[in-house]
Parts: sequence; C-alpha cells; structure tokens
Amino acid sequence: MAAVGSAFAIWPFIDSMNPSADVLALGSKEVDLNDIDKGSTKTIKWRGKPVFIKHRTDEEISQAREVNLENLKDPQKDEDRVIKPEWLVVVGVCSHLGCIPLGQKETDVKGDFNGWFCPCHGSHYDSSGRVRKGPAPKNLEIPKYKFVDKNKIKIG
Amino acid sequence: MVKKFKNKTLSWLDYRLPVFSVLREALVDHPTPRNLNYWWNFGSLAGITLIIMIVSGLLLSMHYVAHVDLAFDSVEHIMRDVNYGWLIRYIHSVGASMFFLIVYIHISRGLYYGSYKYPREVLWWLGIIIFLLMIATAFLGYTLPWGQMSFWGATVITNLFSAIPLVGDNIVTWLWGGFSVDNPTLNRFYSLHFLLPFIIVAVVFLHIVALHKFGSNNPIGIDLTSKKEKIPFHPYYTIKDFFGFGVFFIIFGVFVFFMPNTLGHPDNYIPADPLVTPEHIVPEWYFLPFYAILRAIPFKLLGVLAMLSSIFILFLLPWLDTSKVRSCRFRPIYKQFYWIFIFNFIVLGWVGSKVPEGHYLIISRISTAYYFLHFLFILPILGFFEKTSPLPLNIFENSKVKKS
Repeated sequence: MAAVGSAFAIWPFIDSMNPSADVLALGSKEVDLNDIDKGSTKTIKWRGKPVFIKHRTDEEISQAREVNLENLKDPQKDEDRVIKPEWLVVVGVCSHLGCIPLGQKETDVKGDFNGWFCPCHGSHYDSSGRVRKGPAPKNLEIPKYKFVDKNKIKIG
Repeated sequence: MVKKFKNKTLSWLDYRLPVFSVLREALVDHPTPRNLNYWWNFGSLAGITLIIMIVSGLLLSMHYVAHVDLAFDSVEHIMRDVNYGWLIRYIHSVGASMFFLIVYIHISRGLYYGSYKYPREVLWWLGIIIFLLMIATAFLGYTLPWGQMSFWGATVITNLFSAIPLVGDNIVTWLWGGFSVDNPTLNRFYSLHFLLPFIIVAVVFLHIVALHKFGSNNPIGIDLTSKKEKIPFHPYYTIKDFFGFGVFFIIFGVFVFFMPNTLGHPDNYIPADPLVTPEHIVPEWYFLPFYAILRAIPFKLLGVLAMLSSIFILFLLPWLDTSKVRSCRFRPIYKQFYWIFIFNFIVLGWVGSKVPEGHYLIISRISTAYYFLHFLFILPILGFFEKTSPLPLNIFENSKVKKS
C-alpha cells in the first residue's frame, strides 16, 4: 500500500519533466503551399524540428508507388503516407539517431532513391520518405496535418 | 577521556565530534604498503582534479546563462569579458579531459595489478559507479556551451533511449521536456550537471571507506601480514602524492596555456542550429571507444546494449577473472593479454573517430568482438590454464629476488 501511495506521490515530480503547457501550445502551425513550386521542397520549423514539405512531380509519385512493398524495411504504401499525392509532408529527422537528412536543397545529395540521405550514419530515404538503405529502422515520420483549404495545411 | 591530541580545544571538540581523529587515521596514520609505485598516484590525482573541476565549475556557473538564446554568448562573454574567465573555462574544459585520462590510467592500474579481486570487489564497484557518473556529468556539461557539437551530441545520445521498445519515444520526450532538444533540455542538463559532481564526491567518500577497510593493493598483489611491510601515509605518501600533483600540474598547464582547444572539436564554436546537422558528429575523445562499439553493430537496440554492456561488464570482472593471483607480475600469460586488451581499446578509440564505413567498420567490429572476448572467454579460462610464477612470501623477499 505504501509503495502504491508513494508511486502516486512521485508522479507529479516525474511529470513535471514532461513538455509543459506552453511547449504543447506551440504544437500546431499553418503553412501556405502557394509558394512551393512543383518539384521543389520547403523546410519549416515545427516543435523545434524541421518538417519537409515536398511538392512532388508525377514522376516522383509514380516512383514512390511502383515500389514492391516486400523490399521495404518498414513497409508502408505511399498512398497511406499522403493526403494529396502531390504533397508529401514528413518530419525531417532521421529515425536512427535524430540527425537531419540532406536533400532539401537543389545541390544536396538526395541518396540512391531520389529522396533524402542522412550524412551521419548513411541512411537513404525515397521520394515517399521511406527508409530504403542504412541503419535507420523506420520511415520518416508523418506529422498529423490537414488541409484547411485548397492550398494551406495545418500541422499538429 | 583519552587524550588524542596535544591541543586541549581540539581534544575537547574531537571527543564530541570525532572527525579529527577519523581524518588523522585516514590521512596521517593509515598504514600503507611500502612498495607502492607511481601508478598508485592516480587515485589522489583524480581526487585533486575533481576538486579543481568543482571549484572552476562553480565560478563558471556565476557567469553562465542556461538559455538557448544566451548560452553560447554567455560562454563567449566568459572568454572575453569576465576577469580570467578564459583561464577558468580552459581549466574546466581541459580538466575534463585530464580527469578522464587520469581515471583511465587509474582503472588500467587496477586491471594490471588485480586490484578488483577479493576482498576489494565493492571498492571496484564503487569505482565503476564513479566512472559512470563521470560519463553522465561530462556528457551533460558538453551540452551547455550550446555549440553545434553540443546540440547534436545531445540529440544523438538522448535518441539512444528511443531504442527502448514500446516506451522509448515517451522516455525521450520526457528527457527533452519537449519534442526536440530545446530550452527545457538545456535547463535540466545544467541543473543535473551541477548536481552530479556532488554525488560523485559522496561515492568517492564511500570508495575511500572501502579502500581503508583492507588498505591499498600493491604491485606484487599479495596480502601484507606483517606491520613492517607498511608505512604511515604521512609523510611518505602525502609527499609522494604532492610530487605527483606537481608533475600533473605541469602537463595540465601546458594544455591550458598552450593548446587549450586541441582536445576539443572546432565545430563547437559554431552556435547550435537545430536545422543543420554537422557532417561528422563525434563525441569528445574520452568517449570514442564506446562510440565505436555503438556504431560497430548495425542494429540500433543491439548497438546501444553492446555499448552499455561494455562498461557494465566491469562489475562482473572480479568473478570473470578466475585466477587467484592478483598481480600481472606473476601472471606471464595474462600480462600479454592485458597489453593486447589495452592496445585493442586504443584501436576502438581510433576507429570511433572515423566515419563507420569500409575497413574502419570492419576494424571496429573485430575490436568490439575482441573487447568482449577478453572478458567473457580469455579471462575465465586463463585462471585454469595459466601457470603463474611463484609468489613471494612478503615484500622484502620480492625485493631480494629482484636484486639478485
């Protein structure tokens, strides 16, 4: 009984180290998509992390959809990773140890699968943000987002 | 009332608060083996370095600001504006490297002379706990200047916890106090970096209590039975320890005054940028062997477990080493393996600083395998097969043998 009571008493101390209300309040952000041309990408900062918004070309979409799911480390259909096929929204943090993959700039290395490449430990991601090669265990995370109108999304 | 001190006031006080007689027992009278060599200086060297780190750290804390917008600039403020700030900061940053160097030598001394064996197992454990606390403190402290290596080192290391199944991500968010390494993280790291050294002091105290229970081990590793084999700590070892301090301060001073940034990474003079990862993230030199073990294994969880096991395996060392003979002097075969082990550890440190690709990756895997092979296979079987040299009966017999 005393142990259970103590455990409950300790909880506020432990929970005080979790994200505070103001940190949680920063949780959502609206992004206007009008200035992102087809074939280009944009990085925005959300919850202290970069979010990659990629306006995909038809070719990139078909590349991402033709992949045999059995070849994937973390199998996921491209259809399940987007709301509208031309817009890919992913958190730009490598699932290995949290580095930021390259591929957002025109001049960056995009890896072997035309997406992103993490320079820290060499993980390759495809045009759907799925891990294809390297030590990363999972695909790039998809944040919660929705289209508030035709060309605007709200992340978080 | 037994009069322990000539001074009446001291006697009166000590009768009621016996710290003075305890201190005299520990620092003056304590019977110490007369044959200790200079490798036994590194315990007191670690002690003085801990004190230097606490004092310099306290002074830095009076000028440092733990906030993401101000931390980097406050460190530059210490370097440029604060009186002797540059000196205090360099003492603190070089001191961290010196502390690890000393402790690595101290641990190696223990490994060579079998200081972890019966009846000093708990003394050994306490030493490993101090080492673990030092690792945590050094990692937390390296985050504080909020440079690129600070930020990305903190990101990579805290992300190790995400390898824990099911609750990993929740734990990482809890450690961060947010959704990435950010201001709440910096604040708590500062708080913990301030706390841990005092916990180290407490464990050092226990380490010394355990040491004084059976006294120091010695280079020939036999139990000393006669009083003649021991001499009082003061003045024989106080003077020897002070001599050691003098030599150490010269080396320390060369680094502080002439090459203060040699042991650090230049990228940490670039302010932290959460949107740009440096091309090649490396920890401070003293973590490289363990970093190499982490990266040698291609699976995230296993890599983390291997890295942790490489330190925690030391707790089992008193039982993994099955030989009854302590000192390497009488263990001709273990002595060879000891030096191979030390060489292998340095190789691990070297590959830890390289990009884990091609032959570096292969070397790191072989070295990692050997590291564990040493503890889990070589040490246990050596105790049964090795023919040890005859042990002397006492210190004097050993020195006679040496002369003739």
